[in-house]
Amino acid sequence: MKEQNSHTNAKRYGMVIDLDKCTGCGACMVACYSENNVPFKTDETNKLDSINWIRVYKLTNNKPYPDTEICYLPMPCMQCDGIGKHGHSPCVSVCPAVATDYDYDTGIVSQIYTRCFGCRYCMAACPYHARKFNWWDPKWPADTEKYLSPNVSPRMRGVVEKCSFCFHRYQLAREKAYLEKRQKLEEQEYQTACTQACPVGAITFGDLNNKDHAVYKLKNDPRAFRLLERLQTNPKVYYLTSKNWVRRAGDNYLAHEEPGNITKVKEHH
Amino acid sequence: MNETPLIHAGVKRCSKWQFSLWMAGVTAVLLWGVYAMFLCWFKGLNQTNMNDAYGFALWIWADLAVIALGGGAFFSGFLTYIVGKDELKNIINYAVIIGFICYSSALLILAIDIGQPLRGWFIFWHANVHSMLTEVAFCLSCYFAVLTIEFIPLILENPKLERKPFLHHLSHNMHGIMAIFAATGVFLSFFHQGSLGGVAGVLFGRPFAYREHIFIWPFTFFLFTWSAAACGPCFTILVTKITEKITRKKLVKDNVIHLLAKISGWMLLTYIIAKTADTLYWAMVTAPNAGFTLMDFYASPTYNIGLLFAEIVLCGFIPGLILITKRGRENAFLLNTAIVLAVIGVSLNRWVMVLQVMAVPVFSFNDWYTYLPSWQEVATTVLPVAYGLIVISLAHRYLPVFPQEKELNPVK
Repeated sequence: MKEQNSHTNAKRYGMVIDLDKCTGCGACMVACYSENNVPFKTDETNKLDSINWIRVYKLTNNKPYPDTEICYLPMPCMQCDGIGKHGHSPCVSVCPAVATDYDYDTGIVSQIYTRCFGCRYCMAACPYHARKFNWWDPKWPADTEKYLSPNVSPRMRGVVEKCSFCFHRYQLAREKAYLEKRQKLEEQEYQTACTQACPVGAITFGDLNNKDHAVYKLKNDPRAFRLLERLQTNPKVYYLTSKNWVRRAGDNYLAHEEPGNITKVKEHH
Repeated sequence: MNETPLIHAGVKRCSKWQFSLWMAGVTAVLLWGVYAMFLCWFKGLNQTNMNDAYGFALWIWADLAVIALGGGAFFSGFLTYIVGKDELKNIINYAVIIGFICYSSALLILAIDIGQPLRGWFIFWHANVHSMLTEVAFCLSCYFAVLTIEFIPLILENPKLERKPFLHHLSHNMHGIMAIFAATGVFLSFFHQGSLGGVAGVLFGRPFAYREHIFIWPFTFFLFTWSAAACGPCFTILVTKITEKITRKKLVKDNVIHLLAKISGWMLLTYIIAKTADTLYWAMVTAPNAGFTLMDFYASPTYNIGLLFAEIVLCGFIPGLILITKRGRENAFLLNTAIVLAVIGVSLNRWVMVLQVMAVPVFSFNDWYTYLPSWQEVATTVLPVAYGLIVISLAHRYLPVFPQEKELNPVK
């Protein structure tokens, strides 16, 4: 299900995560917590009310030893383009107060914390569970409040938050380019925190529309697939794997179906 | 000077002490709910057992269920004032009161359910016209205003208020133009009942909920309106029957009940045929396109295929078939069974379209999500029930809710 290349000026920032490289170290999660002032609980045992903008899942092929295989799958917000790639991602189209929006210049799905009133309809709509609710007010231990990033506003109780592809970094890069009287951003000028933190270089980030960016080529790699592609959410996060069972775990298939052999589903409703 | 009594002449009511004792008991339950409500408002939604997988839970179900059950008001209003079924004037007051309780409860539950209650007005101010919830919020609020307008003339008929000429004439004139409000109510209800169906149906990321379009997207839009029109009147009949049992009086003549039951029956039967067609298309086309079989959605001990059977056959076809037959309607046991099943059926449908949507794992590597409500959620869900009992008790005692009561229960 490879998409058509777009030749418009609009950027479509996206990510390619090489699951063959990921070791599950969690550095991406730590970097994200630190970069985006993501609150945490004293006891993080219950993952169902933990806030994380990127979560590393542990997948197994469910085979006994010695055939057991493990795959670590980091999952940020998929920044979906939605059905027909019109920006009607599952969450954006349902938010009753336009507290989440699709930026047609970058393809990034934003979350406006001061606009969100906490109805959680977007969470119900997101099949990736990428959206997290602030069940509590954030509590920063000891002096850590002083070390919060000034570029990202901390969130209050009762609102939804999610991965923004470190949008503040995009804004800073744009400001720098503006001062230098440039229109174009270089690939390395805007990179997400998780991309830079990954010690094995499993995460690649860039403009999916730009032929000069690494992600442009990687998304067309024969190993590339997207999660729950059949739901027509059109995610902008791609995964690479050489293992068929991992690819199969990334979507739902009927018993007779094989990943890669599914005819393209319709794009318009 | 003679004091005008609060209670209408010619009707029998329980003693003040009996009434006060009953009201004290119900108020105690209400206060329990109010306490839980304030806990949720002041401490936040961490008072609930909802989580990031179960963002919609008991409250949203309660919301959808009371709106469906309150549908008796708009559909009975439609039949009485627009279609001209005059017999139903003998039950329309009660249908309006039940609708008023259901809709005010729905608004209250929504106010508790949002994470930032003080920002609730954003839904109107920053409205996203593409969102089903926006349409729900607008139509729900407008229809609640309509129900209030429909309720006011009845309140003004209290003997003490009616004595004042202005209020007497106001009530009389409002009654005169009630058809306009009934028509407005029907129009608004069609949209918000439908939009509530759309809330789940448009979730194309949730294969269990997602429905494709027939004329309009998604088909659940029609199904929710249809089922509310079918089962709402059954709830009106059920509450009337319970009221008759508690007050130990016949309040509405059988021909009125049977007429409403007959119309409900046909609505229910046609609805359940449409629902069956929708389920078949979903199971055979929509879900397989997303890589799911029907049984994938019912592979949990809690959410098993029995639920689908219960919703469509037990609480759909069976009550529908009972209610369309004269014999079924005229047999008290069968009639009562049918209306109870219809009420359970529509509530079950709303439960499935909220809680099962959240429970079904979309990823093959995730398990089914489980959820048990906290006591705060239960208390705030019981709160509208207690509130409803208080409103009904006051209305029955002080207002001429049932026009046939005096005729059916002559005071010696």
